[in-house]
Amino acid sequence: MWWIRLKALIIKELLAVLRDPKSRLILIGPPIIQLVVFSYAATLEVKNVDIMVLNRDAGNWGQELIYRISGSTPTFRSIAYTEDPAAVHAAIDRQRVIAAVQIGPTFSRDIEAGRPADIQIILDGRRSNASQLVAGYLNQIVAGVAADTPAGQRAASAEIGVVARNWFNPNLIFQWFMVPNLVASIALLIGLIVTALSIARERELGTFDQLMVSPLRTHEILIGKLIPPMMIGMFHMTIFILAAIFIFGVPLRGSLLLLYGSAVVYLAAVVGLGLFISALSMTQQQAILGAFLFMVPATLLSGFATPIENMPGWLQPITLINPLRFFLVIVKGVFLRDIPASEVLDNTIPLALIAIVTLSAASWLFRRRLE
Amino acid sequence: MKAPVAEPNRLDRARRFAALVRKETYQVIRDPSSILIAFVLPLILLFLFGYGVSLDATRTRIGLVMEDPTPITRDLAASFQASRYFDVTNGNDRRQFEEDLIVGRVRGIVVIPSTFSSDFAAGTAPAIQVIVDGSDPNTASFVQNYARGVVATWAALRGLETGARPPAVSVEQRFWFNPQLTSRFFLVPGSIAIVMTLVGTLLTSLVVAREWERGTMEAMMATPVTAVELLAGKILPYFILGLASMTLCVLVAIFLFGVPFRGSILALYALSATFLIPALGQGLLISAATKNQFLASQLALISAFLPAFLLSGFLFEINSMPRVIQWITTIVAARYLIPSLQTVFLAGDIWPMFLQAIAVMLLIGAVFFTLAARSTRKRIG
Repeated sequence: MWWIRLKALIIKELLAVLRDPKSRLILIGPPIIQLVVFSYAATLEVKNVDIMVLNRDAGNWGQELIYRISGSTPTFRSIAYTEDPAAVHAAIDRQRVIAAVQIGPTFSRDIEAGRPADIQIILDGRRSNASQLVAGYLNQIVAGVAADTPAGQRAASAEIGVVARNWFNPNLIFQWFMVPNLVASIALLIGLIVTALSIARERELGTFDQLMVSPLRTHEILIGKLIPPMMIGMFHMTIFILAAIFIFGVPLRGSLLLLYGSAVVYLAAVVGLGLFISALSMTQQQAILGAFLFMVPATLLSGFATPIENMPGWLQPITLINPLRFFLVIVKGVFLRDIPASEVLDNTIPLALIAIVTLSAASWLFRRRLE
Repeated sequence: MKAPVAEPNRLDRARRFAALVRKETYQVIRDPSSILIAFVLPLILLFLFGYGVSLDATRTRIGLVMEDPTPITRDLAASFQASRYFDVTNGNDRRQFEEDLIVGRVRGIVVIPSTFSSDFAAGTAPAIQVIVDGSDPNTASFVQNYARGVVATWAALRGLETGARPPAVSVEQRFWFNPQLTSRFFLVPGSIAIVMTLVGTLLTSLVVAREWERGTMEAMMATPVTAVELLAGKILPYFILGLASMTLCVLVAIFLFGVPFRGSILALYALSATFLIPALGQGLLISAATKNQFLASQLALISAFLPAFLLSGFLFEINSMPRVIQWITTIVAARYLIPSLQTVFLAGDIWPMFLQAIAVMLLIGAVFFTLAARSTRKRIG
C-alpha cells in the first residue's frame, strides 16, 4: 500500500510547484534564457576594445605599427589619436580607452639605424584581466613589426618555433567550455531552491502538521519530497543537454548513459542538500537565503571559473563537500574528452556519499522536530 | 493660521512613519537569515575572493617529453622545470601523458622532439610542440603563452651567449593603478556591488513578497498610511542595512586584504547610496509583481544577482559580448557601479565618471520605483 501513499504525495508535490502558471513559466523560461545569455556573455576573450595612440614619430615604422593595430579587428574597435600626454591620462582615467600606445620621436630612426627601438604601452590596471590580454595582443603586433625590420630579419633564423595543438576543442571555442559548466550550475541553482522551499513552505503555511498526522511514514515523506524535484531536475538536464548539442554544437564524445546515470546521483545530492537546508529553516525566507548561502560559495569553489588546483591548499579540502565540483568534472569530461567510465565512477561515489549524508541528516532533523 | 492645523498633521505622519520604520527594523533584526545575508555571506564572498579564488597565474601541471635527451634539450627542459608557472612531470614518450590529459591530471604536454638538437645546431628552425587541454580554453591559452615565454627567454639567453642581436623593438608596458596586477584588487570592489545587490534586491523582494503572500500588505493598506509612506518605510531599513553591509566589506577589504583606497569616503557613500535606489526599486517591483516568495527569489536571482555577476563587467568584458547582450547590460545598475567602485579604490576620485554613473543609476531607479508604485497602487483600487 505504501506505493499508493507515496504516489499521492509525489503528485501533490508536483502540483504544488507546477499548478501555478507563473511557477511553471519560471521553471522553464529563465533556465533556458540563462543558458543562452550567459553562455554568450561569459567570455574571457577581449574584443572591440578602444585604445589610444600617441605617435611622436614622423617615420614609416610608426605608421606601419599603427596600420597593423588598426588592421587587427575585432580586437580593437577604435583608435583615438592624440598629441597630448594629458589626453592619454584623462582617457585612461575615465576608462574611455583600455590602453594607450606611445611611439617616441626616434622610433623609425632607431630602427633604420639598427639601434634597439622601444615603445611604451599604458594599460588600465583596474581591468587587469582584460588589459593583460590587450597587452598580449599589442606585444604580438609589435613582435610582428620587429620581425620585419632589417635587424629582425637577420635574427629570424635563430628563432625557435612553438607549435601548439589544442586537443578536445581545436579552436578553443569558449561556449564548449561554458555550456557544460552552466548545465551543472543551473541545475544546482534550481534544484536547491525548489527543494529548500518544499518543507519550509509547508511549515510556514501550517500544512506540515497535516502531513505528519497522515498515514505516511517519515522516510516516505522524505522520498516523496525527494523524487519530484529530481524529476524536474532531470527534465531541465535533458533540455540543457539537447540545447548544448543542437544549439551550441558542443560535441558529445562520451556516453550519454554515463552522463544520465551520474546526473541522477548528482540531483540526489543536490536535493539532499536542499532538504537538509529546508529542515533547518523555520520560514521560506530562511530556506531561500540558506540555499543562497550555500550556492554562492559552492559556485566559486567548484572549479568553474578557476581551477581547484590553483586554490590555496587549506581551501581545497572544503571543495570535497561540494557536489558541483564532482559533477563538473563528469559533464565536461563526458562531453569533450570522453573520459573513461572509471573516472566517472570516481566522481560519482562522492556524490552518492553527499546524498546519503544529507538525506540522513535531513531525516534526523525531521524526526527530532516531531518529538 | 495654517500652522496649527498643519502641525499636528505633520507630527502625526512623522509618528506614523517612525512606527512603520520601527516595525520593519524589528523584522530585519529578528530574522537571523537577513543578518546572514547582510553580514555573513559578504564576509564569505570577500574571503573567497581575497584568498581562495584568484585569477592570477599559478603553477599548472604539465607533462614534459624529451624524445632525445642531449645537453641542448636538457637545458631547455631545465628552463621549464625552473618556471614558476609550471609543475613539471618528466617523461620520454608523449603517449604516457595522453591518458593524464584526458582525465585532467595534466593540463598540457610539452614535447621537445628528437629533431630539436640537430635543427638547433644546423640553425634550421627548431620547434617544440605544445599539446593543451582545449576543454578549458583559459588554461589552454595560459599554458600556450607561458610555454612560448619560457622558450623565448631560453632562446634569448642562449642567443646572448652566442652573441646574437637583441630584439629590434622592445615594449615597455605599465599597468596603471594596479601595477602588480593583483586580481584581488579588482575582485573585492566588484564583490561589494554583488553584496549590495543581494541585500537591496533579493532580501527586499523576499520580505515584501511574504507580506503580500500572507495578506499583511493589504492590512497595512487599510490603515491611514499612504502607499508612498508604506514603501518608504519598508525600504529605509534595507537601505541602511545595505550601507552597513557595504561598510563592513570596505573595512575588511582595506584592513584585511590591503586593497588600496585612493578615493574619498564621500564618493564611496554617494555611489553606494545611489546604487541602492535601483536595487531596492527592483526588489519592490519584483515583490509587487509576483506576490510569492518562490517566484520573487527566482526573479531576483535571474534579473539581479546573476546579471550583477555576469553582465556587469565584473568578471567578463562587456565589449566582448554579442551586441544584443551588450544592450541588455545597459539596464544592469551594477554595470555602472562596479567600474566606479574600482576607481574609488584603485585610482581615486574621478568625478566626471562618478557623476555620469550616478545619473544613470538614478534614472534606472526612478523607472523601477515608478513601476513598483504603480503595481502597488493598483492593488488598492
